[in-house]
Amino acid sequence: MGGSVLLIEDEPNIIEAIRFILSRDGWRVDTHSDGLTALDAVRARRPDLVVLDVMLPNRSGYDILHDLREDPEFKELPVLMLTARGQKKDRELAEKLGASSFMTKPFSNGEVLATVRALVGK
Amino acid sequence: MLSFNALALISVLYVALLFAVAFWADKRAERGQGGWLRSPLVYTLSLSIYCTAWTFYGAVGYAARSGLEFATIYLGPTLVMVGWWVLLRRLVRIGKTQRITSIADLISSRYGKSNMLGVLVTLLAVAGTTPYIALQLQSVTLSFAVFMGGQSNAPEDLAAVALWVAFGLAVFTILFGTRNLDVEERHHGIVMAIALEAVVKLIALLAVGIFAVFWIGSGPSDMMARIDASPIDVWALQPDRWMTMIFLSAAAFICLPRMFQVMVVENEHERHLSTAAWAFPVYLFLISLFVIPIAVVGLSVMPEGSNPDLFVLTLPLAFDQNALATLAFLGGFSSATSMVIVASIALATMVSNHIVMPIWLSTRSGGATVSGDVRDVVIFSRRASIAGILILGFLYFRLSGGGAALASIGLVAFVGVSQVLPALIGGIFWRGATRIGAAAGLATGFVLWIWTSFLPSFGDGAILSASVFQEGPFGIAMLRPNALFWIDGLDPLVHSVLWSMALNTLAFCVFSLMSFPSPLERLQGATFVNIFRYSDRARGWAGRAAEAEDLLMMAQRIIGPGVAQRIFESEAATQGKQGYLPDVTPDFMDRLERELAGSVGAATAHAMIAQITGGASVTVEDLIRVADEAQQILEYSNQLEAKSAEQERTARQLREANEKLLALSVQKDGFLSQISHELRTPMTSIRSFSEILMGDTSMEAGDRLRYSRIIHDETKRLTRLLDDLLDLSVLENGQVTLNMDEETLGAVLDRAVAAMEVATGARHFAIERSGDGEDVVLFTDSDRLAQVFINLIANALKYCENPSPKLTIKVGQAAGQRVVDFVDNGKGIPTEAQTLIFEKFARVSDNHAAGGAGLGLAICREVMTRLGGSIVYLPGQGGAAFRVVVPDAKVKAT
Repeated sequence: MGGSVLLIEDEPNIIEAIRFILSRDGWRVDTHSDGLTALDAVRARRPDLVVLDVMLPNRSGYDILHDLREDPEFKELPVLMLTARGQKKDRELAEKLGASSFMTKPFSNGEVLATVRALVGK
Repeated sequence: MLSFNALALISVLYVALLFAVAFWADKRAERGQGGWLRSPLVYTLSLSIYCTAWTFYGAVGYAARSGLEFATIYLGPTLVMVGWWVLLRRLVRIGKTQRITSIADLISSRYGKSNMLGVLVTLLAVAGTTPYIALQLQSVTLSFAVFMGGQSNAPEDLAAVALWVAFGLAVFTILFGTRNLDVEERHHGIVMAIALEAVVKLIALLAVGIFAVFWIGSGPSDMMARIDASPIDVWALQPDRWMTMIFLSAAAFICLPRMFQVMVVENEHERHLSTAAWAFPVYLFLISLFVIPIAVVGLSVMPEGSNPDLFVLTLPLAFDQNALATLAFLGGFSSATSMVIVASIALATMVSNHIVMPIWLSTRSGGATVSGDVRDVVIFSRRASIAGILILGFLYFRLSGGGAALASIGLVAFVGVSQVLPALIGGIFWRGATRIGAAAGLATGFVLWIWTSFLPSFGDGAILSASVFQEGPFGIAMLRPNALFWIDGLDPLVHSVLWSMALNTLAFCVFSLMSFPSPLERLQGATFVNIFRYSDRARGWAGRAAEAEDLLMMAQRIIGPGVAQRIFESEAATQGKQGYLPDVTPDFMDRLERELAGSVGAATAHAMIAQITGGASVTVEDLIRVADEAQQILEYSNQLEAKSAEQERTARQLREANEKLLALSVQKDGFLSQISHELRTPMTSIRSFSEILMGDTSMEAGDRLRYSRIIHDETKRLTRLLDDLLDLSVLENGQVTLNMDEETLGAVLDRAVAAMEVATGARHFAIERSGDGEDVVLFTDSDRLAQVFINLIANALKYCENPSPKLTIKVGQAAGQRVVDFVDNGKGIPTEAQTLIFEKFARVSDNHAAGGAGLGLAICREVMTRLGGSIVYLPGQGGAAFRVVVPDAKVKAT
């Protein structure tokens, strides 16, 4: 595979877990922990896929997603959203804003991997 | 033949006797020696004021003209008395429990204490009774004239007689009718006097009858023959007229103000009714027994053209039986005077209570401030009203010239007062009857009575011109007084009764159905209609605590449990009592009434409180039911967007409650969402790493150890979170139990610092304490206080960014309270966040490494509240600074 993934997440243990899962599968994983500068990080790294947490310091993942989709360059960029609030309205909001996929914490490692593969594969 | 002066003297002596009897009875009653004064017999005899001079003299005339039809006047009342269980018992019970003073008061009270109705009924009663009083004056005058024979028949003399009679009656009535202001409006002296008069008139009529049958005639069989031979068509029976008369006399028997006075207001005990139920019909039977014989004999022996209305007097005179004639005169005199006395008392009560007093009160800005003041005014207005009514009667007598036959005036009055019947019957049997309906019915009946009965009674061309009778007013044939709506050929009386009662009842029902009763009307309606259910039950609430509880129950239904309980609790607290049940003091009742008035209006609130605290016979369940209904009305009205201020207030309260609920709901959602986040985050790491560990058996030992530790740490974090949540929940619900003991402040601080040093381990962290003021002994839950301190120290440790972190703990005094300040040398907390930090899940930085869920300060705040102190952020200290106010419940200097 060998694609690149940008993980925007602020929980160190979760970063470590996702990094481990994806790296083992051959992905290059970069991480970023601050909401305010997340967009710049995406522009700088130009990843094949973004894994985006909703609850980030300083700026919400929804706002970041919104801005990403506004930018023509990232209109088609696959974005996998993660959230610890598993309510229906959260999923609906993510879908409305154009998330490619949506997963609720705690997730299954295999599912994350499969989703990442599927999103980049298409 | 007796001279005029002798007759006058006899009259005066007779009146003096009545005075003596009334005075004696009043005295006995005052001394509490009622005894047989209050017997059912006296009650029954007092009912006989139904038989006025019209009955005494007029019945014979009536019989001479229409045969047995006169008996219908007695049949109606007989039916009412025999069926006392149905109606009279109710009326008497209502009269007693509601302290009713007159029929106007009854109607007014039933329809929400509406004075408008009181005035209407009063006017109707005055209009209906004035001709009747005039009739009595006329009969007395006529009987005088009979005795004077040809001596002097000048109208002036007769007028003088009428004036003197009216004057004498006014004096008598004022003396005995308004001596005191009895709450129950009872007059023992007068009742006794009229009972005596009842006996006199019965004996007089029986004596004349026996004289006619056995002296002039020769016994019963001879009398039967004479009746057959007489020109009177005894059995002339007109079914429509008979039915109407029976109905009318029954209605009048109930509605006549004077009858209501003796039957309901003066009633001593309900069981007297059961005696009167048979005794009064017997009385009526006896008094009507000899009417036909006297008429028959009179017609046969008296010269052609004699007035049959006066046969009772003229027959004995024709046979020179002066003593008997005098007795008959006294009988007629008794009939007239007793009626006038009671009628004027009843009317004066109504006029004074419903017309004079409201006007007087409204002209005084302060209202009824001094009670003695008001009582004097009431008595004065009663006296003035009595005089006024007698003057009215006298004027009517003078103006009408006393021409019409006695009986017709009586019937006109009957039709008039009967107009109250629909509102009365509807009021005590139908809860749906409303004030508007009653007013509409009464007004309709009143107008129709004036038009079809009262005005025509003056005769063709007197007030209404003949053309009005022929062609209707302004030629409108539909409105002819004796043929409304083109229905011609009815007997005028039948016609008037039929139309006035039918349209009265129709208006009453239609307007009742169309209008909506006020809460007070509903309350009164329920009380009146279910009078036996309310009053049969044992009265009252045992003790004051029970009353307070009843008041609370009612208040909760009206203003809501929360508000009601708060009011009761705070009142109990001010009285120094625990719990929700304060003593029922006047102050508290005033306050509660004001509170309730905001919801249901002043009048209802007053009535409701009075009902409970006054121990009156409306039960709490009934009040609650009425309150519930009132609430339903409010809601219903809101739907209709009725814009009364009270309803708007209710709506606003509902809106506010709704907003509060919405805000709470948002808060709850946010809280759940936060908890979800805080729980899922560690669970994510745990799940993820356990899957990694499970799937990869060839992992290096170092990695395995690291991942296991992450799982371990995250598990601890979860546990801590749950502990905090539970702790907070216990604190917030107030279920926490405090272990109070004595310990110095310094010792508590020592423990906290020691606990933190164990936790911090190697990290360098300076804690500075001067030790000043730490030696105070506190009486508190020291573990909980230490928990707060530990939390503050831990926060400083976690969040202080200074490379050489330092925490200063200082004990001091502020505003007379002992405070402990925790100040670190970090950057502090931004101003906008200072109020937020005590909220649940509030975290200023996103330093998750700190490992807290943002519940620590929320818990601190709850703990300090429970301990009776507080915790605040202390701005302007350089670093982050918290001030703990230590409860001074028992601060001891050592």
